[in-house]
Formats: sequence, C-alpha cells, structure tokens
Amino acid sequence: MRKTALTLLVPALTAGGAHAGGIELTVEIPKLSVAEYHRPYVAIWIEDASGKVAANLSVWYAVHLKDEEGEKWLKDIRQWWRRSGRALDLPADGLSSPTRPPGANKVEFKSDSGPLAKLAPGDYRLVVEASREVGGKEMVEIPFKWAPGTEGTASASGKEELGAVTLKLVK
Amino acid sequence: MKTFAKRCITAVALASLMVGAAHAHRAWFVPSSTVVSGDNVWVTVDGAISNNLFFPDHRPMQIAQISVTAPDGKAVQIANATVGQYRTTFDIKLEQKGTYRIAQANSGFNASYKEGDETKRWRGTLQEFVAQGIDKKPGVELTSTNRRVETFVTNGAPSEIKATGKGLELVTGATHPNDLYSGEEATFRMLNNGKPAANVEVTLIMGGDRYRDQAGEVKLKTSADGSLKVKFESPGMYWLEAEASGATTMEGRQVKSQSTYIAVLEVLPG
Repeated sequence: MRKTALTLLVPALTAGGAHAGGIELTVEIPKLSVAEYHRPYVAIWIEDASGKVAANLSVWYAVHLKDEEGEKWLKDIRQWWRRSGRALDLPADGLSSPTRPPGANKVEFKSDSGPLAKLAPGDYRLVVEASREVGGKEMVEIPFKWAPGTEGTASASGKEELGAVTLKLVK
Repeated sequence: MKTFAKRCITAVALASLMVGAAHAHRAWFVPSSTVVSGDNVWVTVDGAISNNLFFPDHRPMQIAQISVTAPDGKAVQIANATVGQYRTTFDIKLEQKGTYRIAQANSGFNASYKEGDETKRWRGTLQEFVAQGIDKKPGVELTSTNRRVETFVTNGAPSEIKATGKGLELVTGATHPNDLYSGEEATFRMLNNGKPAANVEVTLIMGGDRYRDQAGEVKLKTSADGSLKVKFESPGMYWLEAEASGATTMEGRQVKSQSTYIAVLEVLPG
C-alpha cells in the first residue's frame, strides 16, 4: 500500500541560482525488536504523474556478497523491480550501495550531475520502497515540484518498515 | 465464504459468472518463484495432478514429457528430478534473462468405432490408425488431441512468449503472464494452432480452494481476436484452463480436433 504525503510541497521561488543545488533526502529506517533482523533492501526513485520512472536514485542491497548473491532478493523490492529494476544491469555505478542501519540515513543528489541532471522541470513523486528479509514491505511517496533553483521541504512517514522520509530541495 | 473466490476474479469479457461443478484432477506446475533476479538463479518446480489447488493429493506429473524452454528458444535440462507418490519435483537454473516456459505437452489421435453394440476406443498416431485398419471400422470417428500444461518464470525483464503453433496456447498479449498484479486488468492472447483462438471457453480458479466451500471457478470466453481480459482482484496463484474443439481435414480425412490448455499464473500484490 502506498502512503502519500498530505502536505504538498510549495516551492519558494528564488532569483538566480547557477549553483549546484539538488535534493537532500533523509530516510529513516525504524529500529525493530524482532527475533531475526536483517537490514531492509531500499529503492529510491522519482516517478512522473503517469507512474513512469523519471530518475532512479538509489538501491540499497547486500552488494558485498560474493557472486552478486545479494541480487537474488532485489525482486522483492517489488514495485521498483517491476518499474525499472528488472531492466537494469546491476550493480550500477552511483545507484547500487550497501544496506543502511536503523536510524536517519541522509543521501544527497546534485541537480547538475547524476540522475537529476536529466530530470525536466515538472511535477513528480519521490518513492521510497523498503523490503526486509523475513519482514514486511512498505512504500512511501512524496509529491513535489522539480524546478532547479527552488527550495522547499516535504515529508511523509511509513508505519512499519519505513519511518519519516524527508525531501529537501536545496538551491 | 461462498462468494470469496468469485470476488477475487472480476471477469471482464463475456463473463458468465457461474460456479460450476467441482472439477477434479487438475494438472499443474507451480514454481517456487515466478519473478526472479540475479545472475545465479534457480527455481524449484512441483508438478502434479490434484483435486485441490495447489496441493498434491492424487498423481505426480509424468517426468518424461516435461520440457523447459529458455528465452532464446533452446531446451533446458532439468535438475534434481524426483517423482514422488503425489508430485514430481525438479530444479531449473535460469542462466538467461527473460521468460522460461515450463511445460508438459502432448498430442495424438483418439478414435471411437462400433463393434456390434459396443463403442470401442482407440489411441495412437495417424499412421497406426491406417495400419491397424481402424479407419475401416464402422461408425469410426477420429479426433486429433492437443494438450499443454505450463507455467512461466521470468529472470529480469519479461521476454516475448512465442507461439509453438500447436493447439491452444497463451502468448504475449498486451499483458505478459509474469507481469500480473492485483487490481489491474490483464489482457492475454490465446492462439489455437497459431491462429487467434476466438470464443474459447476459459476457466479460472484461484489456488487455496481447500479453504473455501466452493472453488469459485469463473468462466470466461476469448473474444473474436483471441484476447482474454481478466481483472485479478486478489494476489495469489491462479489455475487457468481453456478448451477448444472443432473439425479439420487431415490427409483428406475428416478429423475432429480437441485442444486443452492449462497455465498456472501468479498475481503479485499491486
């Protein structure tokens, strides 16, 4: 089930801005007291109004395992796998990275390089999907307007596998 | 409970929502996963003929007739095959990206004829039909039969399912059989001997009927172009059976034709 942020992001337009701003994300992974805990696999992407993937930002999985064994469970990040993961050749530079521990995990994406460089201004949704081994799955969505040079903050929260997700646009 | 299974499947095309009589002895293959990822991927498959879906409780699938086809069309060797009392189990290593077909297909001829008041039945090849003099028997009727039981497993992105051209089969339509999600309408394409299978009756049953008073089978029909629309309301494993019969001419002879197709389809949460 998708969780959508109730607060729409209102971008504050500012003059100028040839600086390399971008998106700062904070993804909270809840600390769970379960008998068998494994860090979740997490995929982060941006989709357009039609649900098409506009930018693939990150996929956190067990990249360290030999023979790319960690890829076996990527299909369990089900929506991401269907929308884009299954067509990718992994591991991919700048996309694949290790799983993260419980707590607030910060990630930054510059507007002039990587996946955001090709993102056209417009209305999008940030999607964070988590899937935990012997655990649950959850997806959190944050609608936002992408206009490089603007600032703003929006957040949404998961209930089980994801805590607060905050999207900050920096100019 | 009676209506549960029916709620799971919303028939879109020409659906006569009837709960039919309980069908026994259903053949199926169930893979451990229908969607897999990675470069060193295996699936394990159960094959059986059972009363309840998908619990082996009657006969194992005959192993000699099982074929696995890789995305490039080549045959794949099955591994660790075991025929048990109630089910057959085997493993497949998925070395290519794309869609694998796991199938049991067979074809042949049936005939019936009169011997006095008695109706005799015969089964064999067309050559044997003539060689054994069955074609000269009184009241003889020859039927060409085709039967295919299959399931699909995709490693990475789904690839096109190409027609075998033999009997009834499901090929890639607007929706791929390994790209099914609850709450979405799927459009399949069915062919019979390589041509659109129009007005073919299709039965769909969700697995787990052991836990329901009624199997809740849904009857559907393909449209004139062989397409079949189904909206799966609930995720799960589904058993699809299609049957077509007709008449054809083979070697100048009038022959009835009968084709059966069975597929096991997994619907993931949307």
